[in-house]
Amino acid sequence: MEYPPFYNPEYETLERSELEALQLKRLKETVVHCMQSPFYKKRFAENKLTPDSIQSLDDLKRIPFTTKQDLRDTYPFGMASVPLEKCVRLHSSSGTTGNPTVILHTQRDLDQWANALARCMWMVGLRPYDVFQNSSGYGMFTGGLGFQYAAERLGMLTVPAAAGNTKRQLKFITDFGTTAVHAIPSYATRIFEVMQELGIDPRRDTRLHTLIIGAEPHSEEQRRRIEEMLGVKAYNSFGMSEMCGPGVAFECKEQNGLHIWEDYYIVEIVDPDTLEPVPDGEVGEMVLTTINREAMPLLRYRTRDLTRILPGPCPCGRQHKRLDRMKGRSDDMIILKGVNIFPIQIEQVLMQFKELGNNYLITLETSDSNDDMTIEVELNQLFTDDYSRLQILTKEITRQIKDEILVTPHVKLVPKGVLPQSEGKAVRVKDLRKKF
Amino acid sequence: MTINQLSIFLENKKGTMLQVFQLLKQANVQLIATTIADTVDYGILRILCDEPSRAYQVLKEGGIAVALSDVFAIELDNKVGRAADAISLFASEGISISYLYSFIIGGKGILIFRTDNADKAREIIILNNMKFVAESDLSALL
Repeated sequence: MEYPPFYNPEYETLERSELEALQLKRLKETVVHCMQSPFYKKRFAENKLTPDSIQSLDDLKRIPFTTKQDLRDTYPFGMASVPLEKCVRLHSSSGTTGNPTVILHTQRDLDQWANALARCMWMVGLRPYDVFQNSSGYGMFTGGLGFQYAAERLGMLTVPAAAGNTKRQLKFITDFGTTAVHAIPSYATRIFEVMQELGIDPRRDTRLHTLIIGAEPHSEEQRRRIEEMLGVKAYNSFGMSEMCGPGVAFECKEQNGLHIWEDYYIVEIVDPDTLEPVPDGEVGEMVLTTINREAMPLLRYRTRDLTRILPGPCPCGRQHKRLDRMKGRSDDMIILKGVNIFPIQIEQVLMQFKELGNNYLITLETSDSNDDMTIEVELNQLFTDDYSRLQILTKEITRQIKDEILVTPHVKLVPKGVLPQSEGKAVRVKDLRKKF
Repeated sequence: MTINQLSIFLENKKGTMLQVFQLLKQANVQLIATTIADTVDYGILRILCDEPSRAYQVLKEGGIAVALSDVFAIELDNKVGRAADAISLFASEGISISYLYSFIIGGKGILIFRTDNADKAREIIILNNMKFVAESDLSALL
């Protein structure tokens, strides 16, 4: 059977002018709807705004930002724009710092979420004849149920394998003829390592052709490595629980930037310090406004994710803007000796060395009142028993990282398997510095 | 002309070396010589044993970062100055020795080493009538 190229052609092929007209219409509706939310009602009154204040997309700037702290302060239901009896699902983030955050969904929200994510998967070539294995945590983590419902809606046979128990995952992949897997990048790497242990050749013994990776910042180098290892195409997925979950932005087959669905969201990129917009092409913090949500619309939500808009049209024909891969989060940033560092910068360097494995750990420590960075990285295999060659390798890694982050780290090679293995989100940074 | 040596990459942490020796003990591998090069961050343990290929498999399956490497093994008379004589032949040809260790077994002096130019080293050994030691020779002397 021949399938069409677009999942939602009526939205995916809109011209910019049509897209912006739709955005304005939906923004106005959203703002009116938000007046049902105690939080937004108060916030608008405090700022002497009414829904009528928003007459153009440019007027969006008049609305104050919504922050994660606002979500915590209104915990659990203070941000809702519909009565609770209209809500059918709740997702909550872990509350490691203060109150957790809660996102409510109506049935319509869940349908629209599944639609957006099904659209993403269709875009990278998944079709009803594919077998989709979701190796992502379920429960409160939106990558579980989010992909489950979306893959079913698309029509794929869907295996809710969840994360962990890698040997069982591999049995599913081989026995069920899995063709596509969703996993966080560090877990995709883990799957491959276990394949090697069991003597499974992904190209010969499986039907895998597509991998969807997201939820963890990762470098282009890591993606290429995953593709090479598993013999698949790996596509970058972006989502966040505050925006439903996965399906906010996704790479198309060009693998050059993630299309953000502008019929669902209005995207702004702002300077995280001045909060003023930056031009397309410049990195800043992404701010999102939901314009297709019922239970809990968010206006100008500060995502803390740092990225930029890729200028220019995409050859795939979709005019929805493209985001560059996430540069990290403004709250993941390490400040060492006054320098701002993102772990992803270090990963980019490490992944260029064939001698190194995929696992690394950055430790920040205070010694003699100096803050130091140690990077432990696993050797792929013992390629030499010559100490001087290992030393040359260490020096070269150190030099390249210093060029990238301007701080000289202590690079320590460790045998494979020594660093903690992640079956969930990888812990890459350990901060043991004395806090004054 | 060369023999197999196990090279093991060790994390500088309590118990890592012991783990290697215990795995070899359980597999009933007989050690011939061992040496360790230590640095601040890690160590490289080098082992000659009676069945290097099997020992390699045992360690690999035990999750140890191990490689089999080729090293030169030559037999010298057990007399003062023989090692200096041998090494001077390599030095005069500009060959660097990356590492070297020696031991006495069955009354014979054995010199184990690795150089930065294996072809040239082989040539010098042959031209100077030095005696290569095979793995089987070593095992026979146990």
